[in-house]
Amino acid sequence: MATRATKTTDTTWLRPTGTPGGIGESAPRPDGTLKVTGEFAYSSDMWHEDMLWGRLLRAPLAHAEIVSLDTTEALALSGVHAVLTYEDLPAPVRHYGLEIQDTPVLARDRVRHHGEPVALVAADHPEIARRAAALIRVEYRELPVVTDESSATAPGAPVLHPDREDPHAPHVPHPNILHRQPVLRGDAEAAAARADVIVRGDYEFGMQDQAFLGPESGLAVPDEDGGVDLYVATQWLHSDLRQIAPVLGLPEERVRMTLAGVGGAFGGREDLSMQIHACLLALRTGRPVKMVYDRFESFFGHVHRHPARLHYEHGATRDGRLTHVRCRIVLDGGAYASTSAAVVGNAASLALGPYAVEDVALEALALYTNNPPCGAMRGFGAVQACFAYEAQMDKVAAELGLDPVEFRRINAMEQGTVMPTGQRVDSPAPVAELLRRVKARPLPPAEPWRSEGADGPDIRLLPGGLSNTTHGEGVVRGVGYAVGIKNVGFSEGFDDYSTARVRLEVLGGEPVATVHTAMAEVGQGGVTVHTQIARTELGVQRVALRPADTAIGSAGSTSASRQTYVTGGAVREACVQVRAEVLARGRRRFGDRHPAWSGPGLGLDGGKVVTAEGEVLAAVADILGEEAVEQEVEWRHRPTRPFDRHSGQGDGHVQYSFAAHRAVVDVDTELGLVRVVELACAQDVGKAMNPQAVVGQIQGGTVQGLGMALMEEILVDPATAQVRNPSFTDYLIPTILDTPELPVDVLELADPHAPYGLRGAGEAPTLSATPAVLAAVRAATGLALTRTPVRPEHLTGSG
Amino acid sequence: MRVNLVVNGRRQEADDVWEGESLLFLLRERLGLPGAKNACEQGECGSCTVRLDGVPVCACLVAAGQAEGREVLTVEGLAARHAGTPGAPTGAEEAARWRARPADSAAPLAPVQQAFLDAGAVQCGFCTPGLLVAADELLEREPSPSDADIREALSGNLCRCTGYEKIMDAVRLAAARQSEAG
Amino acid sequence: MEFLRPTSWSEALAAKAAHPEAVPLAGGTDVMVQLNFDHLRPAHLLDLGRVAELGTHERDGAQVRIGASVPYTTLIEELREELPALALAAHTVASPQIRNRGSVGGNLGTASPAGDAHPALLAAGAEVEAESVRGRRRIPIDDFYTGVKRNALAPDELIRAVRVDRATGPQQFAKVGTRNAMVIAVCAFSLALHPDRRSVRTGIGSAAPTPVRAGAAEDFLTAVLDEHRCWETGRPPPPSAAARFAQLCAEACRPIDDVRGTADYRRHAVAVLARRTLHWTWTSYGERARSTEGAA
Repeated sequence: MATRATKTTDTTWLRPTGTPGGIGESAPRPDGTLKVTGEFAYSSDMWHEDMLWGRLLRAPLAHAEIVSLDTTEALALSGVHAVLTYEDLPAPVRHYGLEIQDTPVLARDRVRHHGEPVALVAADHPEIARRAAALIRVEYRELPVVTDESSATAPGAPVLHPDREDPHAPHVPHPNILHRQPVLRGDAEAAAARADVIVRGDYEFGMQDQAFLGPESGLAVPDEDGGVDLYVATQWLHSDLRQIAPVLGLPEERVRMTLAGVGGAFGGREDLSMQIHACLLALRTGRPVKMVYDRFESFFGHVHRHPARLHYEHGATRDGRLTHVRCRIVLDGGAYASTSAAVVGNAASLALGPYAVEDVALEALALYTNNPPCGAMRGFGAVQACFAYEAQMDKVAAELGLDPVEFRRINAMEQGTVMPTGQRVDSPAPVAELLRRVKARPLPPAEPWRSEGADGPDIRLLPGGLSNTTHGEGVVRGVGYAVGIKNVGFSEGFDDYSTARVRLEVLGGEPVATVHTAMAEVGQGGVTVHTQIARTELGVQRVALRPADTAIGSAGSTSASRQTYVTGGAVREACVQVRAEVLARGRRRFGDRHPAWSGPGLGLDGGKVVTAEGEVLAAVADILGEEAVEQEVEWRHRPTRPFDRHSGQGDGHVQYSFAAHRAVVDVDTELGLVRVVELACAQDVGKAMNPQAVVGQIQGGTVQGLGMALMEEILVDPATAQVRNPSFTDYLIPTILDTPELPVDVLELADPHAPYGLRGAGEAPTLSATPAVLAAVRAATGLALTRTPVRPEHLTGSG
Repeated sequence: MRVNLVVNGRRQEADDVWEGESLLFLLRERLGLPGAKNACEQGECGSCTVRLDGVPVCACLVAAGQAEGREVLTVEGLAARHAGTPGAPTGAEEAARWRARPADSAAPLAPVQQAFLDAGAVQCGFCTPGLLVAADELLEREPSPSDADIREALSGNLCRCTGYEKIMDAVRLAAARQSEAG
Repeated sequence: MEFLRPTSWSEALAAKAAHPEAVPLAGGTDVMVQLNFDHLRPAHLLDLGRVAELGTHERDGAQVRIGASVPYTTLIEELREELPALALAAHTVASPQIRNRGSVGGNLGTASPAGDAHPALLAAGAEVEAESVRGRRRIPIDDFYTGVKRNALAPDELIRAVRVDRATGPQQFAKVGTRNAMVIAVCAFSLALHPDRRSVRTGIGSAAPTPVRAGAAEDFLTAVLDEHRCWETGRPPPPSAAARFAQLCAEACRPIDDVRGTADYRRHAVAVLARRTLHWTWTSYGERARSTEGAA
């Protein structure tokens, strides 16, 4: 396997052209120069003459009846142009949602979570809008809150959505359970009887925030015919459009959406935020309306990663083979559905981790509670499970007296392994190799804070950093490992496709390709990959990208590690069709001049049609003349199937992605402070389309996992369900001083079913980073640490 | 109130500024310079870093009125500053049309800007302007910073995409290039 | 809202006298957050940015007089020798950008129990120079903090400067946060040895409604150091005494549970920091004592 690792890809349908800037190269970002000069227009940078500022009034309570709502004073304020409530909604459709339309555009008579939208203001200046929002009189009658499984399913518990009509409603054991997915394979009961050791554990995973830096924002510009143009940062334009238009009472073609610059996403822009609200205000006032959340509001403006409680039971024989796994994963979906059902599907189908176990009995479920709504975040249901099963793997290994990496190797899945869902994995799954690679790395030197000749320690290299808490006292090193499995693309039978239009024309004597998709570039570098694919497939240097908008069909979401695969696949297919058309035209025009025209293996390179041997047959410019070639395609990956409602069986996923981490930490065991010294990753990406960009994805995902291990958590008061830390002062994400060296080992084992053999890469590193850091901290402290993020009080017994 | 200041070498004037406005709002919404970013508006992310009379500060925590008569450098002015082409004072109208680096200009990027591109330090890019201003100031002060120096100097600039490794690469690269050129 | 821009100290005092509710604005690192998030809408903002003398510092006998607007960066770069605890504390403040704007004067004006400068001021010994049109007075730091985010200033007073005793012995400052940079204190501790007076002083932050000194711990340690002739010999106090000192420091805390940490953890961490900073300062004192001995 190791020898295959450096080979690239199945090239049967790739005619490598050697065009500079093509796939496999670290081509520069097409938007890079604009981003470093400050000219790139993010959604919060939008500006329009005569524009108004929109603002939302949100509920201060997590569960309450709205007794009365009076906007008189707000409307009377000078500079206020509109104040809208539920009563002002223009269409019968007054709810939205990604899978289940249960989220009110504005609250009618009840709010179900802290920060729920209640009323809207448009004004001349943000300050006037703030003052007006403060003048809206809302009288609430507080209702009891449900905040966890026991309170949500207790007898007499308030039911969050009593009139559910969603597809899961008839099948759940309680109306406050949004969806439940069991996975049953083999006979776990019988297998447990064969186990020499059985290890059980209860784990808790806190609520993580995407904490993208660019706040929710955008600009809605009304047109003269009652339609609207919306410039917004999102992950999926067409999904937004499908939810926005009905609420505005407009056909989709009268709501034109264009992607504005996106300042990060990580799942948090999959649901709507200010889209409908800005459009409502623009249509009401007839003026362009800009809305920008501040950071406080942003914490209420998007869904978070589901907090979870997980119970696991692993059995193993003395020789280190897992006999069975039983587990139960309870995810808190909060007040509205968002993507919780799909998160449950992921949690259930990936609950076991990247291990081969035949006897499995597990279930995952999501609750409706009065906590903040939770939905998509990088790793999507696979993250919580990975934290727990990797803790379990260490625990079982310790019980058996085995090295934790060796124990994982013994049980590692591989190509051909059958998942607990019954799906046979039909492409490389180099789990053991990834672990071997991170383990084989030399360990970083001990006590990095000591340096020759220096007066004292470099505190920046100690736990506590600049805060000067230790000069080495109490510091213990720990090393930990983890590996994870994530699905790529949309699963469970979802029709996951993307649309791409590619045009090839001659401009100034040179062939130029133009690529148009609705793909949301959120920073991941999809736009770079599109230029690379066009160069490779069409042999051109110049590639132009049209702005992503709804003038073209859907590209699907920038999520699930799917865009390079799916929209990349669509762009490639469109290019292939364009190339075929160019060759057909060339044959018609010049076919009689050279026998090679009628043979196979022709390609485009350097603006020429060339034979497999490199002989030039014609210039593309001469073939096309004034006539452009344009092709639009909808491209799909292999279909998936839903999981059986009772057994969880089904070929639910299209591709799996794997990453492993080794964490090296220094822990101040007396103060419970941690410095991660190194966090090394090995990941199989199938094909590194852009090696620099894919390493950047892996490093970024890794550090989000590090944050989840040590500091990131939205704290919700269990008594009131109110968010306690909605700010960057108290929701901490890693700084550059918290972040260690991040060596990355990229494997390229082609998936024969995927374009170029690539494997979706964005999410897997977020899974294993967290449990690796926790394992290292456990190694340093000897503590069980069943909760993440781990806080200093957990490490010092002073919680 | 009225505020006069010099931004990227150009005299600017804004009227009807609300007294509670920040320098960040003034730059972004009144002067057409949205390069400094509005990620947290509480001094906890550094994405709005600009230089105020040469000193790196969070523009979100400077009241617009405090910038009266001061000189501000934003990311939009970085390339020109390194090219040694300070802008001439202009009227507000001309300033509004002014672009940091017009599309037809061959003006080179500042070393840190080019290094961020070359090292792959830009993903979503929202933190980039603040990091560039902070990193440029670091290299001006300390041409050969150690890794720990770089981390300390940039510890007020959050990035959520990159994991910082390629930002480290970029600053090292810019330092190396500047020392070669110097 | 009105934006007052005095260009001299006397103008600033006059403005504050005319508008006692005016909110002074210097580095903006506290006030602007309050403005940006709609937590504060004063009738008047009093910009002190044009009052040049607030930005200077000078030696004045046994004290350093630091203008109220002198940024933390200056303390780190220029006053590390004379005010080691304050310089260390300044280095833990937020981020470089904030340290370029924020000041001890601002920390005192806000008087948050989590302000990083307070423990160092308490340990070093300091006076706050307050002034109004009625005149100037010096408020001992021990009397300055009167409650959660409350201080001893009269409504018409502004902080002109803080006078900090120049160090006569080793000083330390340490702060616990859950991130290795840019973090608000979960708790903080400062210790200053005053060999000239053969005493020690402490300061604790974020572990009580106001910054506090651990008086009983100071008295205990001062007595132990005398009893064991530690000042003369440079030898450290016995480990049991260090442990008792740490315990007394923890007992001086009146912490709460909040999003940043638990009360129990704060007490625990203050004890650890007290023990460590005692070790660091005394090691440093011992080395100095021995080298002085060696030189003699």
